[in-house]
Amino acid sequence: MSAPVALLEVADLVKRYQGRGWRPRRRTVYALNGVSFSIAAGETLGVVGESGSGKSTLGRVVVRLAEADGGSVRFEGTEVRSLPRRALRALRRRIQMIFQDPSGSLNPRMRVGEAVGEGLEIHRLGSRRDREARVRQLFEEVGLDPVYADRYPHQLSGGQRQRVGIARALAVDPTFLVCDEPVSALDVSVQAQVLNLLKQLQRRRGLTFLFIAHDLAVVRQLAHRIAVLYFGRIVELGRTETLVRNPRHPYTRALLSAVPSPDPERQASRIVLEGEPPRPTHLPPGCPFFSRCFHPPKSARCTTELPLLRPVGESMVACHYAESS
Amino acid sequence: MGGGLLEVRNLTIRFPAGRERASDTVPVAGVDLDLARGEILALVGESGSGKSLTGLALLGLVPHPGRIGSESRIRLEGQELTGLKGEALRAIRGRRIAMVFQDPLTSLTPVLTIGTQLREALTAHRKLPRAEARRRGQALLAEVGMPDPATGYDAYPHELSGGLRQRALIAIALAGEPELLIADEPTSALDVTIQAQILEMIDRLRANRGMAVLLITHDLGIVAGRADRVVVMYAGQIIERRATLALFRSPGHPYTRALLKAIPRLDTAALELTTIPGSVPHPGEWWTGCRFQPRCGEALARCATENPPAVPLAAQGMSRCWLPAEPEP
Repeated sequence: MSAPVALLEVADLVKRYQGRGWRPRRRTVYALNGVSFSIAAGETLGVVGESGSGKSTLGRVVVRLAEADGGSVRFEGTEVRSLPRRALRALRRRIQMIFQDPSGSLNPRMRVGEAVGEGLEIHRLGSRRDREARVRQLFEEVGLDPVYADRYPHQLSGGQRQRVGIARALAVDPTFLVCDEPVSALDVSVQAQVLNLLKQLQRRRGLTFLFIAHDLAVVRQLAHRIAVLYFGRIVELGRTETLVRNPRHPYTRALLSAVPSPDPERQASRIVLEGEPPRPTHLPPGCPFFSRCFHPPKSARCTTELPLLRPVGESMVACHYAESS
Repeated sequence: MGGGLLEVRNLTIRFPAGRERASDTVPVAGVDLDLARGEILALVGESGSGKSLTGLALLGLVPHPGRIGSESRIRLEGQELTGLKGEALRAIRGRRIAMVFQDPLTSLTPVLTIGTQLREALTAHRKLPRAEARRRGQALLAEVGMPDPATGYDAYPHELSGGLRQRALIAIALAGEPELLIADEPTSALDVTIQAQILEMIDRLRANRGMAVLLITHDLGIVAGRADRVVVMYAGQIIERRATLALFRSPGHPYTRALLKAIPRLDTAALELTTIPGSVPHPGEWWTGCRFQPRCGEALARCATENPPAVPLAAQGMSRCWLPAEPEP
């Protein structure tokens, strides 16, 4: 991909959580540890990782729902981390977020139409009459009958609630959406509907997505590029097609092979990892994947020297022995 | 495969009308299951299909005020389980049939060590000296792949990772040496790489112990390489029953076909994913005619008004549909 102007540029992002508890047992967990990437306008960057990889923290830090401890987040060239309150509010008209569980992110006592219109009100967009018309239009855009606007979240199905979550995010006309596990709470038969909707919206509105999910098969449907996160670091970053067909990091290979597949023929070649992941408070000095690594050339070097993200083939890979995959 | 172990006929679960419900609801209607020793049967369905309730019913755990209908039969090696109470039920539950649930953190007591909870399960059905219980408990932990059984035995649940907690929970379920393990979404809360490990381990237990497994899941993907046979539930009914390979190669019911197409694939990215319109009906919101008909792309006129027949397919397969079955390859 030629390098168009980056809409979002993240460099060396660090987010720590200090363990509570008594002194000797207090440990620091690095949820993000030197994460760098950029996203071009109109692009979807998929972020995959398992629990504890830092993927949700990444989304939250980008929209400043959590404050980073180091590094920079630049949106259209402006440093997001140092934005004062007022400017932050303006930024949030440009960046919106979609969460996993719409029943957790929607106020149960607010009609969903009001929930969608709330953003317009907060940003003082249009008159009351305009806003009502706008809400109706948004409902139609996400494929919901506007009569649902008068209902409460519990009166809707999971798929309909997620459509409300999307309409609410779109209300202020953002250019950039952070989607954190937007379909993982939905039934399989409904997942595809929501994924298609997100694709359509991207085409129609030219939206840019940071698409976070644990399910590679889902991410693969939308992402132009994919970053694989493991214990707060990107271990592989590349074009979707390349990463899926020619993964270089052993963790990416294991992750790809573990994706449940409804294809009985694909079962035989499965890699089942041995061993347990390390505890986030007790990461080894070398490669965090070493304890589970099955890559034959692994060596003592992996236990002492942290592999850094570097170009290998068409991708970026953090493995000392990526060339021999 | 050994002889028949479990036989379920016409399992029907009713929730009577009351403050929460305007009329009787029947979230599980006429379910038949057969399970042989050493076999893995997958019970697949989306939310509201009745799959979990079916699993609970086998242990007499249908939540209040639900009831198993008098027409239902649940037999374990010929012994009728419906209507069992007290001691008689306890001799089955946890002993001959055990169950593990999705979230090991809520199934384990946070204030007791894994060892204490294992010992409790080991001594529930027989007397054992403490040291012997410890020895057997650690052997069970080793059997389920706990890397360091002695440490695991003395650990509290919060000290273990999600994957190890699920292993511990399965070890506790094995304490009564059950002939049937009901695993309700045993890996849905786990990361995919851990999921693969746990499923592998369950398969090994089945082979080594000759134990039957009823694997309840929403994920057809985890079924593909593991189950011997699959039963697909939709809206309280079984709509298809097949040998696993046959189901994936030539799904018989339009719902199964649509569901398989709707699963996002790793090997392809379509511009537009295949979808199933609408959503799963709420439990009990059933109607006459086929329950999938409003979402079905292949529905005929009669599907809306007449209940579809259970059409037999090859190798004890079945599809509940008015459409003529496609020839099997």
